[in-house]
Amino acid sequence: MSTLTAKQDVRRPQRSILPWLATPALLLFTGFAVVPLVGVFALSFTTWDGIGSIRLTGLTSWRAVLTDPGLPHALWVTFLVMAVSWAVQTPLSILLGTFLAGRQRYRAVLGVVYFVPLMLSSAAIAIAYEALLDPNFGLGAGLKIQALSQDWLGRPGLAFGVVIFVVSWQFVPFHSLIYQGGVQQIPKSLYEAAQLDGAGRVRQFFSITLPQLKYTIITSSTLMVVGSLTFFDLIFVLTEGGPGDATRVLALDMYKRGFQASLMGPASAIAVILVLVGLALALLLRRLGGRDAAASQLEGAS
Amino acid sequence: MALSRRTLLGLAAAVPVSAALAACGGSSGPGKGGAATYWYLNGQPQEGVRAGAVDAFNKAHPDTQIEDTTFQNDAYKTKIKTAIGAGQAPTVIWGWGGGTLRAYAEAGQVEDLTPWFDENPDVRKGLFPSSFGAATVDGKIYAMPCETVQPIVLYYNKRVFDQVKVEPPETWDDIMALVPKFNAKGIAPFALGGQSRWTNMMWLEFLFDRIGGPEVFQAAIEGEKNAWSHPDALKALTALQDLVKADGFVKGFSSITADSNADQALLYTGRAAMMLHGAWSYGIQQADGGDFVSSDSLGFMTFPAVEGGKGDLSNTVGNPAQYLSVSAKASAEQKKIAKDFFATGILQEEEVKQWIGNGSVPIRLGTEKLLAASDNAEFLQFTYDIASKAKVFVQSWDQALSPTAAETLLDNIVKLFQLSISPQQFASNLNAVTAA
Repeated sequence: MSTLTAKQDVRRPQRSILPWLATPALLLFTGFAVVPLVGVFALSFTTWDGIGSIRLTGLTSWRAVLTDPGLPHALWVTFLVMAVSWAVQTPLSILLGTFLAGRQRYRAVLGVVYFVPLMLSSAAIAIAYEALLDPNFGLGAGLKIQALSQDWLGRPGLAFGVVIFVVSWQFVPFHSLIYQGGVQQIPKSLYEAAQLDGAGRVRQFFSITLPQLKYTIITSSTLMVVGSLTFFDLIFVLTEGGPGDATRVLALDMYKRGFQASLMGPASAIAVILVLVGLALALLLRRLGGRDAAASQLEGAS
Repeated sequence: MALSRRTLLGLAAAVPVSAALAACGGSSGPGKGGAATYWYLNGQPQEGVRAGAVDAFNKAHPDTQIEDTTFQNDAYKTKIKTAIGAGQAPTVIWGWGGGTLRAYAEAGQVEDLTPWFDENPDVRKGLFPSSFGAATVDGKIYAMPCETVQPIVLYYNKRVFDQVKVEPPETWDDIMALVPKFNAKGIAPFALGGQSRWTNMMWLEFLFDRIGGPEVFQAAIEGEKNAWSHPDALKALTALQDLVKADGFVKGFSSITADSNADQALLYTGRAAMMLHGAWSYGIQQADGGDFVSSDSLGFMTFPAVEGGKGDLSNTVGNPAQYLSVSAKASAEQKKIAKDFFATGILQEEEVKQWIGNGSVPIRLGTEKLLAASDNAEFLQFTYDIASKAKVFVQSWDQALSPTAAETLLDNIVKLFQLSISPQQFASNLNAVTAA
């Protein structure tokens, strides 16, 4: 720590510019995140149908939201989407990332092909899957495979599975990319030493790759978990929260209340809850990652 | 940790400042002066007729233009609401009247057209009188009825009926008897685009009417307490679940959307025998179904009676018309263009002919001759008769109710069709939102 402060003292003349470099980002952040957040917080104490005038009604909206059995359900669905999609994506991404980290040419080619989903918008993906999963005119009917002609979006369990599958299909490439970078940063010397000690590929993976990826896992998990709170476009186009409310996550519940049922007050209350849950999760994940996430990731490497 | 707390405090201090800054911004407001804007639904063949009317008007009035933009059905419902709330509404607002129009009118977002109709009595005289009900809020007219009357019709595939050697149903019992016969042949008795929700709703609209008469739903609209727990309402809800349990609807109906017209494709490809759908579906089947309509394979009838029910067989449900309102936020110039468009651009001879050409009945009076001369004379006269002879024309429920109640209704209808709630639960969920 002391060496660090000493260095900063030496560079004092440059420090005066540095804060200014952050201002564009800060301005954007306040303009597009903080201000709307305050607006939403204020709206949550009002009654507004989105069209007429806004009336201050105190805690009415909060009471309506907190006593609605729809809220615990939406929270539960959100949690399930978060947990299951994390559990599906993380192992897949780590394995794919490790695989793609190899320098062989065919892996590079596969890597490029594999990143295609990243370039598609969520809405396009959802529309494509919706068409593919149509029980009468979709993939199952086209290929005459009975097993694929299910009521995919009409049974609560199946619809949930489809959402997880499509989410994973869309985001596993992204997280693989993160892990690929993480794996490529692990010093070769670690593997060489392990090979000398007679460790096989599996042993190397579990004893070197995984521990060295600790912070990459935390980063990727934070993105996944916090990102899954905001899943909206994909689920909205794919199932519209249905069947019934089987895939109605918190973000969708907020939209439906606000823009379809014209209840802006309760929708704002849900938005505030969403922000709080997101902040809590991000903090929790940082805690899990140890207090000093900036510490060296290469313990024992040098 | 200390550092991040300081950052948080810093952010907290920045908030009031930026809020104050934002307050100074002011809104740009809707498009100023110049052309009037007009948003409506896309999807052929209707989109072409709507665009044709605008083009014709623009050609006839080179200096007063209407700029049109199209949207997909379900997306439009949200888009227009948001735009109106934000003061960014188009000059001409296309809609379904009823509960949504009431919300606009009560918020002062749409212009009261009553004086204009008084000044131009001929405009009103030329249209179906029944079309003005859903345009009227507390005795004032807030919208110009336009386009076509769209009762809900029971369609059936004559080829499939011949193949299975059965006759079209005349009663609800006939329907229940037909279900196992079609299922035995691997044909779905009814096509249904259940993911779109309002498709399911049409079933309840008819069952409520046929079993309990129009009073049952009217009580719900008027906010009567426990209106949905009326014994006849429960009977209708139970009858519907019986049909679901008997596999009356195509397998996987909850995964089918109506926007993709997949439900109609099931009917004209012979994979389903019957379908309850709006009169607009005729045009779609004609356009997409190959020779299905031209070979006279499409049968149509009104929803059959339920034994012991109270509803009159002539009663129908659906959209009495579509509606155009003028945004109260538009400039005087835009409003004038819009009203000129209503008077001289809506349902003119050419548009009337086009609607008839694609199988719908425009709400203009005195088109009997044109209807009879059309290629689709049989269907058009059938629709015209339904619309003009109906004792009660119930507006689609999701349009008649307030948006808040409609959302609860649609949600619960899906659950009812999934058999995940009982009729009693459905009734109590709905009672909670419609009771005044």
